[in-house]
Amino acid sequence: MSTRHRRENIIWVGMRQLILIVFSIVALYPIYYMFVTAFKTRDDWLHHQFGFPNPITFQNFTDALSRGNIPLWFQNSVVVTVASILITTIVSALAAYSIVRFRFTGRVLYFNSMIAFMVVPPAVLILPLFVFAVNVGLVNSLTGVIIIYSGLLIPFSVYLLVSFFRSLPTELFDAAAIDGCTNFDTLWRITLPLSTPAIVTLVVVNALFVWNELLIALVFLQSEELKTLMPGLTLFKGHFTLNEPLIMAGTLIATLPMILLYLFGQRLFVEGLTAGAVK
Amino acid sequence: MSRMKPASTFLARLPRTIEPYLYLTPAAAFIGLVFIYPIIWILQSSLWQNNPDGTKGFGFTNYRLIFEDPVFYQVVANNGKLLFAVPIMTLLALFLAIVLFERVRGWMIYRGIVFMPYILAVPVVGTTFVYLLGLNGILNTLLRGLGLNGLAHDWIGSADWVIPSIAAVIIYREMGFGVVLFLARLMSLDKEILEAAEIDGANWWQKHAYITLPQMSAVIEFFVIVELITMLSWVFAYVYTMTGGGPGFASTVMEFYIWKHAFAYRSPGIASALAVVLLGVTTVLIVLQLRLRSKSLEETL
Repeated sequence: MSTRHRRENIIWVGMRQLILIVFSIVALYPIYYMFVTAFKTRDDWLHHQFGFPNPITFQNFTDALSRGNIPLWFQNSVVVTVASILITTIVSALAAYSIVRFRFTGRVLYFNSMIAFMVVPPAVLILPLFVFAVNVGLVNSLTGVIIIYSGLLIPFSVYLLVSFFRSLPTELFDAAAIDGCTNFDTLWRITLPLSTPAIVTLVVVNALFVWNELLIALVFLQSEELKTLMPGLTLFKGHFTLNEPLIMAGTLIATLPMILLYLFGQRLFVEGLTAGAVK
Repeated sequence: MSRMKPASTFLARLPRTIEPYLYLTPAAAFIGLVFIYPIIWILQSSLWQNNPDGTKGFGFTNYRLIFEDPVFYQVVANNGKLLFAVPIMTLLALFLAIVLFERVRGWMIYRGIVFMPYILAVPVVGTTFVYLLGLNGILNTLLRGLGLNGLAHDWIGSADWVIPSIAAVIIYREMGFGVVLFLARLMSLDKEILEAAEIDGANWWQKHAYITLPQMSAVIEFFVIVELITMLSWVFAYVYTMTGGGPGFASTVMEFYIWKHAFAYRSPGIASALAVVLLGVTTVLIVLQLRLRSKSLEETL
């Protein structure tokens, strides 16, 4: 390599680092702001909006946990997230297995319609679902939103599981059939255990969706003690408009589970969200 | 298997023709309730109207009303303006992915950081950016500190800047998804061709313009379509938490307008007609996507 080449290389390496550092700062700044603001006193925030907290206070967190309904909303979010994911995973695994293992009329149509439903805007569906929920008494009930979230998640989940099930060697299924396994046994004892990575990925991606969803929760969970965290937060924000550190503490509490999940399972997020797209 | 459960023996005796449908039934039931029934409902409700003679019947009054409504055009224009964020975030994401791909020191850490906004909830991002973009927020403070007072705006509160501001926040959150997607594709490319090009003296631009990008067209198309759909059908939470659709209707988007008509104005017919229009536009995009993917789909099934 010539010296000219090498010098250009050094400049280019430095420039790339600089570009990445700038983007990283932009990506992290709002998160940093959330953190430092949540540990500030209100007085400190008014005078030093951007610096480190001085003094550091935990008051905002104790206030956020005691003055609003955040613990209750947190609990509701956990219930809704866990239940929706459980239902979606089971229902989608059955459907995906059927699409991969059997040849039957309507198979391709069924799979194609899953892809189409993946992108139907929830805003299109809320009014009829609301009218339906009123008629069957599912407004203001966690069950109602669990059913809706499960339905919304099924198309993507089926799509992801179909892609994964297809990558398993067919010889395995044939061998199982020869050994006298029923199809259900094959799904339960062979396909699912082998699909653990795909299922874990699916759970993570779906958890992210349900935990962060606003519109449906807003429409269907109207009484304060039934809200999940996201509509709860917007309510909380309205109550304490002028107390930014308190709002940021509430926001941080609502985000923490997903940040932790991300820090421990970054790979799963990356794999789940790129699954099916990169082939 | 030695331990046979009763359920398994029951399934074993089922005729082969029924069995696949049995597995599909639970999913079909959910899809029917959450997608198919509501879509039929809005189609019907959008055509159901109060006739001038006091009776009720089917007709196109709801559609006529929305096409005569000046706010509707403003709302459509707002969604339209948000679409400009898609090419910007695609180019930025591509650029970052290529930079990361060249094995910059610490690339995995950078990838982790750049992707992080994508896991934050939209209401959380929205709430935080309302402060950052406020009159005395960090952006304006920085601009004033640099002596650029003329560039400091009321980003969220002014009708002119509110859509670009929301677009910027969407780019902030969604770009990381593109970076990760593109990077995953880049890493699956055949490296020998790139190495050969380097030996032949191709520069950075030639290498990527003629070798990398053409091979990435499928994933770029995928990202662009996903983001176009996002701009039409998933921006409610940004608008709701950042502006409430205002000032005036300056940041009202289709989803928000449907929600308003359905629940605040209590006009289900108009809400349904708007929903049908939105569904129509997204359907066009879906068909486009399916056609683009038809090849890979045939391979999938």
